[in-house]
Amino acid sequence: MKKWNMIIDVAECTNCNLCTLAAMDEYVGNEFPGYAAPMPKHGHQWIKILQKERGQMPMIDIAYVPTMCNHCDDAPCIKAATNGAIVKRDDGIVLIDPVKARGQKQLVDACPYGHIWWNEELGVPQAWPFDAHLIDQGWDKTRGALSCPTGAMKTVKLDDDEMARLAREENLDVIKPEINARPRVYYKNLWRYTTCFLGGSLSVERGGIIDCVEGARVRLLKDGATVAEILSDNYGDFKFDKLEPGSGRYSIEISAAGRAPKTVAVDLHDSLNLGEIRL
Amino acid sequence: MKIATRKFSIILFGLSLLLKWKAIRHPVFRARLKERNFVAQILARDEEIGRWFAFRDGKLVTGVGYHANPDIKLLFKNAAIGAKLLTPPINWLNQINAQKDFTLGVDGPEDLTNWFAQTVMMAQTVGWKFGTKMPDGITRYCNMTNGGPVFIDVKDGKIVRMTPIEFDAKDPQPWTIKARGMSFTPPRKTTLAPHGQNAKSIIYSPDRLLHPMKRVDFDSNGDRNPQNRGKSGYVRISWDEALDLVADEIKRCKRDHGPGAIATSHGSHHTWGNIGYYLSALYRFANAIGMTRVHHNPDSWEGWYWGAVHHWGYTLRVGQSETYGTVEDCLQNCDMIVFWAADPESTSGSYGAQEGTVRRQWLKNPKLGIKVVHVDPYYNASAQFLPGKWFAPRPTTSVAMAMAIAYVWIKEGLYDKGYVAIHTVGFDTWKAYLLGDEDGIPKTPEWQEAETGVPAKDVRALAREWGKKRVYLAPGGWGNGHGGACRNQTGIQWARVMVCLASMQGLGKPGINLGHLQWGSPLDFNFYFPGYADGGMSGDLENTSMPVELYQRMPQLPTMNSSFQRIPRIWMPEAIADGKAEGWPWVGKSIEHQFAKFSYPAPGHSPVKMLYKYGGSMLSTMNNTNRHVRMYQSPNLEFVVNQSIWFEGEAKFADLILPACTNFERVDICEWAGLGGYGHHGQQQLNHRVIVFQAPAIAPLGESKSDYWIFNEICKRLGLANYFSEGVNEIDWVKRHFDASDLPQVISWKRFMKRGYYVVPAEKEHLRAPVSFRWFWENRKKDVPEAQPLPSDYHGEYLKGLQTQSGKLEFECNSLKRFKDPERPPIVKYEPSWEGPHSGALYRKYPLQLLTPHSKYSYHTQGDGKDSFLLNIEDHRVNVGGWYYLVLRLNEEDAKERGIRKHDLVKIYNDRGAVICAALPTQRLPRGVCHGYESSAIYDPMGEPGKSVDRGGCLNLLTPHRTQTRNTHSLAGSQALVQIEPWDGKTEHISEVFAETKLPSELRIGDVVPAQ
Repeated sequence: MKKWNMIIDVAECTNCNLCTLAAMDEYVGNEFPGYAAPMPKHGHQWIKILQKERGQMPMIDIAYVPTMCNHCDDAPCIKAATNGAIVKRDDGIVLIDPVKARGQKQLVDACPYGHIWWNEELGVPQAWPFDAHLIDQGWDKTRGALSCPTGAMKTVKLDDDEMARLAREENLDVIKPEINARPRVYYKNLWRYTTCFLGGSLSVERGGIIDCVEGARVRLLKDGATVAEILSDNYGDFKFDKLEPGSGRYSIEISAAGRAPKTVAVDLHDSLNLGEIRL
Repeated sequence: MKIATRKFSIILFGLSLLLKWKAIRHPVFRARLKERNFVAQILARDEEIGRWFAFRDGKLVTGVGYHANPDIKLLFKNAAIGAKLLTPPINWLNQINAQKDFTLGVDGPEDLTNWFAQTVMMAQTVGWKFGTKMPDGITRYCNMTNGGPVFIDVKDGKIVRMTPIEFDAKDPQPWTIKARGMSFTPPRKTTLAPHGQNAKSIIYSPDRLLHPMKRVDFDSNGDRNPQNRGKSGYVRISWDEALDLVADEIKRCKRDHGPGAIATSHGSHHTWGNIGYYLSALYRFANAIGMTRVHHNPDSWEGWYWGAVHHWGYTLRVGQSETYGTVEDCLQNCDMIVFWAADPESTSGSYGAQEGTVRRQWLKNPKLGIKVVHVDPYYNASAQFLPGKWFAPRPTTSVAMAMAIAYVWIKEGLYDKGYVAIHTVGFDTWKAYLLGDEDGIPKTPEWQEAETGVPAKDVRALAREWGKKRVYLAPGGWGNGHGGACRNQTGIQWARVMVCLASMQGLGKPGINLGHLQWGSPLDFNFYFPGYADGGMSGDLENTSMPVELYQRMPQLPTMNSSFQRIPRIWMPEAIADGKAEGWPWVGKSIEHQFAKFSYPAPGHSPVKMLYKYGGSMLSTMNNTNRHVRMYQSPNLEFVVNQSIWFEGEAKFADLILPACTNFERVDICEWAGLGGYGHHGQQQLNHRVIVFQAPAIAPLGESKSDYWIFNEICKRLGLANYFSEGVNEIDWVKRHFDASDLPQVISWKRFMKRGYYVVPAEKEHLRAPVSFRWFWENRKKDVPEAQPLPSDYHGEYLKGLQTQSGKLEFECNSLKRFKDPERPPIVKYEPSWEGPHSGALYRKYPLQLLTPHSKYSYHTQGDGKDSFLLNIEDHRVNVGGWYYLVLRLNEEDAKERGIRKHDLVKIYNDRGAVICAALPTQRLPRGVCHGYESSAIYDPMGEPGKSVDRGGCLNLLTPHRTQTRNTHSLAGSQALVQIEPWDGKTEHISEVFAETKLPSELRIGDVVPAQ
């Protein structure tokens, strides 16, 4: 049985917010009985983009992560709902019944992802319903996926086995896998949000002129073991990525032709640009 | 009876049947016939035959011959002419000629003659069907936002949703570029910019103007209280009262003051549609009335028009170059792209939605091997999307960085000496300046470091890499200029030095050109559909590009402004409030047109007494705009009318407000990114050419009306309605536009109205436009599809060489040798900004440089404010205590030093004004630089305008209005010196515009005399 999933590539999200805006366009001022009550114009972000700025200028990067109802296969909200207010459909979509869920404010806290939103005016909990009313009319993708200019957001309908295989092959992650809610929203390149980097720029002085050092061998060590080894680029820049935030002490060994090797000790809390390192 | 006489009689009889039949069939038409009670007489003067039409309470009675007492007459010289002109399909050239030759005329009250003519036209169009029926009771229409085309799903008279257009099986396949063993094809759908996807929320905005309104303390027959503009409230009035007032004021101003007393002022953009565009309906109206024009500065082109043109020409592209074929060449041959003050992921080119983003995404494919670097004080959205080395020069200083790059190339032999020898002139003079032979200062990487803050080693590394690779230099949002650093104080220098860098590396050789894939798509540019700058129905052959092609294809009555008075837009407040101003023109015909200074008031003209303002954007799009507050409150302005869709910005300073509707509520026709004129072939930004029939999706909200209707109603009161409208309705103009294009060859009108869009098939691979500048490098005749420069502006054989005097790229500009300007020497030299780190005491007082680029989310004021969805985007505005404050970014260290944390309310200020924003500390800016989007739609002074802080986010209250140089009319305001502090909640802040005592000159900001 094929079911709906979402795959989001963090590296391709530009924070244009078209998915967020498309959700507002679809649900603000519109009622889809059985699927969704109108979304308030302000205060709700059924699709919300998280962001993480890493490093210090000029060596920085930014990751954007669109988040939404994960349509979990083991959804905590379903257990927390009374009156059968939340249902898991055969196609994987989790729907909050806008009538049965009325007054059930506890559902807001039941979602581990913070994606059940309380509609104060209507007294109803709401989440992004995977545009199920459109899917049921034959749409092959969601509004956000349609509006996404880079294809960073894709809706796919696959057997669970196929999806699991795809997740393995493409290194897809889910958010908070440890709570075992089994989300149907998968992420590619989520490390850009969850991990940190360690970088710097190598330079030398020759005859009063300072220049970048290209091709220096830079080795990252932890507890005496080599974690990674790279060469500096033509700007003297080196960058070790996908490191665990708060992963503690590292040392960096730098060797460049004609220069004495240099070692730099680092206590890594979060992404760090060591700045210029003169060899 | 002669044949012509009989034919004429039969046609008139047929017309009477048509009118009656349509009234039976269509309730709308039935209602229309109830609007007037009168008798119309159609007659042939020669044969003295005709038919009369008596309208009474919706009933039509007609009769052969002459009515005893007709209210109006439609007169043909003879029956043959009448028969010819009335026989469908209407030949518009014959119609126009008949009016010009006085063989067709009308007699009687303008309201009735125009109503009758438009009713006859309506009888032919009233049954036309728009849109496609969808399941669920939805009708799907098409339209165009400024951020891309949309399907609009409508149910029960309400817009349900707006989506990008996914092409279906009937639409053509897109192009494919083969490069380095791979194929690149764009997806078969259109994209949207954020402000496009936002459109529904601004259509249904609570800030929509739904009724005509008059300022409560404005009395045209008594006290006008101009000093209360911006302070007083409004009262709702009827359309008749509003239109009578405008018409009476127009007559009074012309009679009491003489020519030039009425000025018209519009923004640089409008809602989309070729007929409703400002360059169309407004220009026809303004020319019909006779108005002082507010002469625009070349907005986003500034440095390119006033600077770059002297090096390479391209005046008809306002100093930006040709861009054809560059997507293919870049993907096939380029090794590196240097984004320089370029953030296409935010600015979307011009109306280009996210089409360029789709192509730039290909650059992330490592197999292509194209590196990117970014030069911008702000780590912009494009730097975020396309990882590469980031250089962050202090704002206004990257001119020095560019010179240091050229210096390294010279010292290390890393430029194309052969190209420079053959294709350029004056290099040795510039080289001598760079090496310090002229002023004793070699422009070394170390020299630039002191200016820019960018380490010399990094600049040297960039210069070396660049010098060894095939590089696309990509300045500005289009990749060949536009926006970016050309809008700050050193923008002229910057654009000039960009051309010089490109000239040193062999511009036009494979892989060496300008661009970042924003322009240069391989589309079909031979298929004709006019752009908005082609003037639509304006009839304006002087201020639009209509004479080039549209005028021949779409015959219409020409219009011409009888007044030659102009106000230089940057100095509009001084012109109005102080009575004089001087400016320099933006005219693309030649390089030299920009040297012809003009003055206000013009000889023999009245100063402006009445302002017809179109929209409300200038308080947040012009600079140091408390000046505009002062202008509006000047007694020199006796009457201000504002025709606007939303109640925002300057609309709140008008005496009378006329509510216009959006393009989603009226009919129009257009092409996506079809700019025309100075943006010739703007579709190069797209992956697909999409031409749209803009069906009215819903009825105009409230009592709002189309601009066309408003203008025509005013014209009725001035006897000009038949001249303005040519007696036809908006839909007829739309059809005339369709017929003028190549569309009828490929799609029927009926189908176009129903389907709503047409995708022009991509060009065949072997017919694609050649690569720009390739002809120049290969010493061939120009072969890209642009008919510019003008034939007379070639200096050798036609089509050979550039527009410059030498026909070559000029490092030392002949035009600037002929026109001596100390601030624009023949070679480009670095002169630090007059408002920046070199400003001494002023810099100590205001130690932060504020950048005000275009927003990633709104389109200038469009989409912002208005209680729109965009307010919810945390990188645009933030809700603090129930108010959506604009986000102001500043360096984390600068924030910490001031005790400012994320989303704290801060006051950003200088002597010009103060704005309250929500702070966002970030590493995306170097120390000493802050960043907030310009063009806030909200202007909300917390006390008296000009004397209090603004919480709307109107950052252009703080930016300098001084022109970049004295002898140019060049906006410089994208950078300003400011201070930021936590907001103490106080609301008073007296702008120096309103200060009673002036500061000493060394502490004054933007101190300059507009007119000598």
